[in-house]
Amino acid sequence: MKVAYWPGCVSRGFTPELHGSMAKVAPLLDIELVELDRACCTGAGVIAEHNQELADTLNARTFALAQQVQGAEMMMNICSTCQGAQSECQERLDASASYRERVNGTLAAEGLSYEKGLTNKNFLWLLVEEIGLDELRSRVTRPLTNLKVGPFYGCYIVRPRRRLGIDEEHPRDQYLHQVIDALGGTVIEYAGMRKCCGFPIITMNKEASLKQAGRHLGDAVDAEADCLVTPCPLCHLNLDLQQPLAEGVVGRELEMPVLHLPQLVGLALGLEPKELGMSRHVVRPTSVIDWTTSVVGAAA
Amino acid sequence: MAESHDRPPQPFTLRVRRYDPESGDAPYWDEHTIELEPHRSVLEAILQARDRFDGSIGIRCSCRQAICGSCGVRVNGEPALACHTHLDAAKRSAPDGVIEIEPMGNMPVIKDLIVDMDAVHWKKIQRVTPWLIGKQPVPEREYLVPRESMVDVTQTMACIQCGACVSDCLAMEVDPLFIGPAALAKAYRFVGDPRDDQHFERLNDLAQDPHGMFDCTHCFKCVDACPKDVNPMGQIMRLRRIATADHHIVDDNNGERHEAAFTGLIRDNGLLWEAELLPRSYGGNSWFGKFHPRAGKELLSSLPSIVKALLRGKVTPMGALKPHRIPKQDLASVRSIYDRIEGREERFELNLYIVGEDEEPTTEVPVAAGVVVDVLPDPPGPDAAPAAAADGGDEPADPTSPEGSPS
Repeated sequence: MKVAYWPGCVSRGFTPELHGSMAKVAPLLDIELVELDRACCTGAGVIAEHNQELADTLNARTFALAQQVQGAEMMMNICSTCQGAQSECQERLDASASYRERVNGTLAAEGLSYEKGLTNKNFLWLLVEEIGLDELRSRVTRPLTNLKVGPFYGCYIVRPRRRLGIDEEHPRDQYLHQVIDALGGTVIEYAGMRKCCGFPIITMNKEASLKQAGRHLGDAVDAEADCLVTPCPLCHLNLDLQQPLAEGVVGRELEMPVLHLPQLVGLALGLEPKELGMSRHVVRPTSVIDWTTSVVGAAA
Repeated sequence: MAESHDRPPQPFTLRVRRYDPESGDAPYWDEHTIELEPHRSVLEAILQARDRFDGSIGIRCSCRQAICGSCGVRVNGEPALACHTHLDAAKRSAPDGVIEIEPMGNMPVIKDLIVDMDAVHWKKIQRVTPWLIGKQPVPEREYLVPRESMVDVTQTMACIQCGACVSDCLAMEVDPLFIGPAALAKAYRFVGDPRDDQHFERLNDLAQDPHGMFDCTHCFKCVDACPKDVNPMGQIMRLRRIATADHHIVDDNNGERHEAAFTGLIRDNGLLWEAELLPRSYGGNSWFGKFHPRAGKELLSSLPSIVKALLRGKVTPMGALKPHRIPKQDLASVRSIYDRIEGREERFELNLYIVGEDEEPTTEVPVAAGVVVDVLPDPPGPDAAPAAAADGGDEPADPTSPEGSPS
């Protein structure tokens, strides 16, 4: 399937391994990525906090660019925070024709216009709802047997439920569980899996922020997870990049590897940890690499 | 609905967390099976269990119709009013079919399902001066205010003080001193009220407090927890917006600087430049921000992470020093959007609580270009007032409507 692909900022900045691994994984799932390289940052909620109309207009511009991609079935992102920020803006744009008219009036200078009703899905949602768990399972060449994976969703992709279309029919707050299972891994549940990583307040209350990250990582260690997986690069920053500092705040050693969702999928589809950029994490995913080696060894 | 009301009583099993701090015993779980019609509430089930099996179960309740806010608990791990949660819905959301009931979080337990609201919730409400400080001189008759201003604050006035948002606030979980969602929503009730005389003082107080409005971690927990659609986090974002954009309050918690740096960096580059965002959030929104002593101190304290990131090749010195940008022409378009919107005399905010959604049905349209999109009515003519959505012409949503199941 062809998608208008919004990679976000951080996947091309401090977590380049996310963008890179998505590019590697997409062809294995027959996803054609048409990158929206003209689009700007979603604002991550911060621009909306500053000026709601500005955030809505910048995102409407991105939506309008996505709607220009010939043959694309939908827009796809690889960042929970982008999903949340875009869904919030889209909720307002889709709710009011007069507001859309106003926003499109600003975009008119560029010849762009957003039409109501864009479908915009995070890679996680696309995996489950478009590709399907059975199809995903059938493409697995290296099942994640005995790999104990803790899901870390990130707030923006599980709340608020009504805006994100989460209900009994679409249990999107269960999808990471379902994907880990479909890839052959063992789901490890722990207290913090749907809590906040703390990233949004890292500059405002660093101790509280790192305490959040440290607690969730500690819970995952106690639950004996080999690694965490997240669909959000901002969560990855607080859980991986900041992990050395989080260890100091919660006063315990953590050493918990955190994978991006496309990396975990890539491993199960037969890609090597290095190809997936896993050597660039702050916390070495030793347990995962050892597991990969042992699986290859066993197969040989 | 009528169908479910006709269904006969059936057994439901409750797993109730029991704890009496005065006993010195550890908390434990009790299970009771009761029989009730599926549309009955979890509260009725608890009361039946208490009446029939164990009179010592502690639960606080009064109105039994989602108005008094007394029976806040956690049902299957999620905050809810026990009287406003149907048994069949609660059973469906229970992983093992047993409805698990616990006291709310972030507040000390007095007994079983009763928490000490005075020690946390009410103390925080008091903290925000929860009364109107009227403009002087007091008019001889009533204050005259725009209708939409009052409709706007009715959203926060719909709060029934049940504490569900406080229970699950993730910022309060790690910082118990955080003023929290209920009290900050209450603060907006007065900041949004044109009759109040202390907008700046209130905002400045809440911005400068290290546990104030900038301590909210933007997790949406309170939005989902609230049984009355108060949208506490949305009110907190509005407090921040008014404090920074209207009152130009520069706080000691980096709240304003972070917002200015983020917004400014996107204007400059179209994309986020993480390596600049952090120092500017501490040192101020300019290239020189990183040389401010506050930024230097932050840099030093972050060295353990920075060094590891450099060693692992996650961040390269060049990557950190040079922003990634969108193409020149697109950047010019983004800047022009900034100029146009920020240059308006008044900031425009579409408040769906006031205006509601259009009545036209929502139709999902594939993103693909070339697909004929034919779901919109004829667009308004060029003379259509662009700010029509702001005039509050539609009836507001019913603030007492318990939208969304709390379970």
